[in-house]
Amino acid sequence: MIRVTLPPHLRKLAQVDGEVSLDVAGAVTQRSILDALETRYPMLRGTIRDHVTKQRRAFVRFFACGEDLSHEPADTPLPDPVAKGAEPFMIVGAIAGG
Amino acid sequence: MSGVRVLVGTRKGAFVLTSDGKRKKWAVSNPHFAGWEMYHLKGSPADPSRLYASQSSGWFGQIIQRSDDGGETWHQPGTPAGEPTTAPDGTPKGESNKFVYDTSAETGKPLTTHQWYDGTPHPWEFKRVWHLEPSLTDPDTVYAGVEDAALFRSTDGGQTWQELAGLRGHGSGASWAPGAGGMCLHTIILDPSNPKRIFIAISSAGAFRTDDGGKTWRPINRGLHSLYIPDPTAEIGHCVHRIAMHPSRPGVLFMQKHWDVMRSDNAGDTWQEISGNLPTDFGFAIDVHAHEPDTIYVVPIKSDAEHFPLDGKLRVYRSKSGGNEWEALTEGLPQSDCYVNVLRDAMAVDSLDKCGVYFGTTGGQVYASADAGDSWAPIVRDLPPVVSVEVQTLP
Repeated sequence: MIRVTLPPHLRKLAQVDGEVSLDVAGAVTQRSILDALETRYPMLRGTIRDHVTKQRRAFVRFFACGEDLSHEPADTPLPDPVAKGAEPFMIVGAIAGG
Repeated sequence: MSGVRVLVGTRKGAFVLTSDGKRKKWAVSNPHFAGWEMYHLKGSPADPSRLYASQSSGWFGQIIQRSDDGGETWHQPGTPAGEPTTAPDGTPKGESNKFVYDTSAETGKPLTTHQWYDGTPHPWEFKRVWHLEPSLTDPDTVYAGVEDAALFRSTDGGQTWQELAGLRGHGSGASWAPGAGGMCLHTIILDPSNPKRIFIAISSAGAFRTDDGGKTWRPINRGLHSLYIPDPTAEIGHCVHRIAMHPSRPGVLFMQKHWDVMRSDNAGDTWQEISGNLPTDFGFAIDVHAHEPDTIYVVPIKSDAEHFPLDGKLRVYRSKSGGNEWEALTEGLPQSDCYVNVLRDAMAVDSLDKCGVYFGTTGGQVYASADAGDSWAPIVRDLPPVVSVEVQTLP
């Protein structure tokens, strides 16, 4: 199972507490994780990436294993610890004031 | 006994304020959608328990929320709380925040760019819903005015949205350009006497009307005069801030423009200035008394450079003659050191007798008058900056 953490606002929309566990078929990539996440929690469609273009929203970041993977291609395999469920794939709202 | 429900959208959540018909004591809900920008909430005239809300954030984009119980509980249409998030055939639900511009050839109106600040073509990019206008007759039909400017409609209770693309495609769309607040469609007025007639307004393109249910549109800006555009009387480019209409007299429109308060007696075909003796005719909000179609309210703001009341005095101005002659309403409003703004969607009226008038400020106060503006009191005073105020008069 792939572990995914969501920022508080998205946890509330998805009506979940804590981490989400997902079955991801095939290669574990940003795209396959987000596809699985949006299938399970369709209310999150459009909140992390655009409905149509699938572009990551500007103030959403993807972290894993101490790295910022936000600018990695969506189909690049994620680190092994994420694929094996040892480390979470972290979806993070960028820091901003106001 | 009748009552009033006030729906308040703020920069950091939504609040529902309720009172009985006396409008003296108010209950304030806990924040709904805490932390999110709530540009607008509005109830269905056909079913007061049905509310729609626009929830958005710079991080996570647009969400549409719906309540079927007068604001007690909310859900994203298509994904009701506690129900499966996929249909029996496995199709995901939850497309209620999907606003995709219609560029299909079938509409005959493919339009992909508008004018950017530097004069170059710029792609239309959906940013947020500014205004939700439920149908006058069907609780499941609701219109959404969005940024970048376009009009969408849902006929399934907000689950899915389709653009009325004839507006952007009517001819001038490619020349629309955003104002400082963004290129937003912020005003939607449905004509109760003619279900095929809709008025909308866009900053900073102007006002438009359809007479065929949204298929075709035309600008209705003749008589507007704006010194901030190269041709002050151009057909397109006026920064309309708000339009109001009394339901008993749908051909008469009142407009607060960037500068100038205007009136049309022919459904927008031509406009005349009615600023009269206002101390400044810049402002955002405008509304009409529920029972007196010639009694109108504005909140003059000093200027486009200084978005606060003149002389630090928060004054609502009322005209009982449909414009030109205005009186300052000050009782109960701060008359010194007040530097808040009142935004375009932040004024509303109830339909009790006497008519109640309400407005919210960027300082977090919602002021109400239970006597048509003669006297005012804050019904809540420490909310986040108020973006929108709507009122429902309940049986």
